[in-house]
Amino acid sequence: MGNRKEKRISIRELSDREFFYGHKACPGCGGSLALRLALKVLGERSYAVVPAGCMSAVGFIFPQMAFTCNAIISTFPGTASMLSGVAAGARALGIKDFHAVGFAGDGGTADIGFQALSGAIDRHDKIIYICYDNEAYMNTGVQKSGLTPLRARTTTSPAGKRLKGAVTHKKPMFEIVAAHGIDYAATASVGYPLDYLRKLDYASKVDGTSYIHVFAPCPVGWGYDTSDTVSVAKNAVDCGLWYLAEFSDDKFTLNHKPAAFSSVGDYLLGQSRFHHLGEEDVKDIVAQRDARWSRILREWSFCDQ
Amino acid sequence: MLGQKAFLSGNEAVAAGVRLARPHVIAAYPITPQTTVIERLAEMVEDESLKAEYLHVESEHSALSACIGASAVGARTFTATSSQGLLYMAECLHYASGGRFPVVMMNANRSLALPWNIYGDQRDSLSLLDCGWIQVYAEDAQESLDLIIQGYAVAEHSDVLTPMMINLDGFVITHTYELVSLPAQQDVDAFLPPFRTVNKMDLDHPMSLAFTAGPAYNQAFKQLQHQAVLAASKVILETEERFGQLFGRYYPGLLETLFCDDAETILVTLGSVAGTVRPVVERLRSLGERVGLVRIRYMRPFPEAEIRKALSGAKAVGVLEKDISFGYEGTVFTNVNSALMRAKVMPPRLLNFVGGLGGKDISAIDIERLFLRLKSPDDGETVEFI
Repeated sequence: MGNRKEKRISIRELSDREFFYGHKACPGCGGSLALRLALKVLGERSYAVVPAGCMSAVGFIFPQMAFTCNAIISTFPGTASMLSGVAAGARALGIKDFHAVGFAGDGGTADIGFQALSGAIDRHDKIIYICYDNEAYMNTGVQKSGLTPLRARTTTSPAGKRLKGAVTHKKPMFEIVAAHGIDYAATASVGYPLDYLRKLDYASKVDGTSYIHVFAPCPVGWGYDTSDTVSVAKNAVDCGLWYLAEFSDDKFTLNHKPAAFSSVGDYLLGQSRFHHLGEEDVKDIVAQRDARWSRILREWSFCDQ
Repeated sequence: MLGQKAFLSGNEAVAAGVRLARPHVIAAYPITPQTTVIERLAEMVEDESLKAEYLHVESEHSALSACIGASAVGARTFTATSSQGLLYMAECLHYASGGRFPVVMMNANRSLALPWNIYGDQRDSLSLLDCGWIQVYAEDAQESLDLIIQGYAVAEHSDVLTPMMINLDGFVITHTYELVSLPAQQDVDAFLPPFRTVNKMDLDHPMSLAFTAGPAYNQAFKQLQHQAVLAASKVILETEERFGQLFGRYYPGLLETLFCDDAETILVTLGSVAGTVRPVVERLRSLGERVGLVRIRYMRPFPEAEIRKALSGAKAVGVLEKDISFGYEGTVFTNVNSALMRAKVMPPRLLNFVGGLGGKDISAIDIERLFLRLKSPDDGETVEFI
């Protein structure tokens, strides 16, 4: 991964300009923070493509537009295909030094938008695709998505006598995207902004497709205090249920290795979507985490940022 | 000025027209019987006789979504589809028209599953008549080529800014070879200047497009969209006149008529079947029968006034179409009937003939029988299948 690790973007260098501002997102929204930070790195020559979902619902209500760079809502399945079109159109018109960047939620990425994303990666289109993952369809009222974690309660995966929330695992989107042979992929968390900013900066220089999967908690859907978004996003990484990593040149690299994991139980039970879990459930989730981490540590190299 | 002539299928004529129109972006996904259009275009891009970005998208939904994205930065775009593919695009069809992105698309009219069938009828495009696109139906390869070039001029006109769907009957037009006159590139360049629009994302003047409009504003946008499609009528006539002056081929506007001035019995058609009806009408005329033909070219904007004028003197009118709205009648019939009812100029007999579904052959003998049928006093069923 070479020289790019020698220089990292610092908060001091970050633009004071706001490109996503005055929107109507809920207090404590992790998704809007992910957008705001990303556009500060990518700058004014960005074309932002945002599918139907939370960020388009809060950012484009005529006549009050929240983007100060160019922005467009895509169809729900069409984030990546519209990005490809924007990039191809701009290229054909001779426009230089621009970013075609998409911001899609977890459902818009892992479920309905997956086909178009796969196609864009296959073409190595020069686009930046950012998935802000809040682990459910939040805009429509917290329904289960393909990235809802096992046993999370949503309005369509209720916790009752028979079922304890979602019965499926979170799709491993980072690995799925990497399996395409994508030019650059990364995971990030709004709880680790410097890591996220560095990855955005790198993605902006990739000559091909970049995918950044940023963990972006939602206080409304998850059931925690609106002031805790950043600490929840940080805790997810610290307890090992989320991880910070990169993929390029056909290699996986772990960027952050907690010396000791913080408590999974504290992370889960601090959110009302997991309040129904008992000790055994937490143990199961810890065991799954450990299995995943032993594979990560065995198969991926490590490079601390 | 005349260019060269070539022996081309309808699909190849479309590809030739697209090359002459110089699109920036082509997004393509294959479906029978559209495939040879995108194959020819891929070859043109490969040999650099067409300088365009060619996107191998993974679905029709993505094809149109990519065209919308490219159009949103001010690029000229083209895609082509058919049947199931058109339906798969349905969401994007409304999106393109609502966002006022003047994409030009060729649709090879083909039946819809189930049962599966690759042959021609017009249920695909007519089931999407309300998606806000200009819809035109060609009769032959030459008209297909000319419509592509005219299509960009109409769709991109500032009074219109509405996408255009150019329909060719599957196989009957798409795969039939004809002698086609190819306009010279410099003439097309003079006729069709580069696409210029203010409705785009501009790095010097950033804009938000394809936004949300709540109940207080939404209908106003829809009214503007309606006005734009209506305004296309005039732009189409002006464009055809300008095209005729430059290329020597004049087109008759939203519909074409044959012997309608004094016809007692008229058959109204859409698409290539007019080519079967025309010689029958000419033969019956030579036998002294006062028969006529209306070929609707544009379904949207609908030629309401022209329909009234063409049919006002007739005693019996039959609408022959390759489409049915199950449980009621054909969609072309509904539109023709509405135009006549609003003007209170109902012919004494107005019948709806539905045929050609799934490619069922319509022969000259069938057409003669329809003219006979129109003379009989029996009003029959709402829909008569032929």
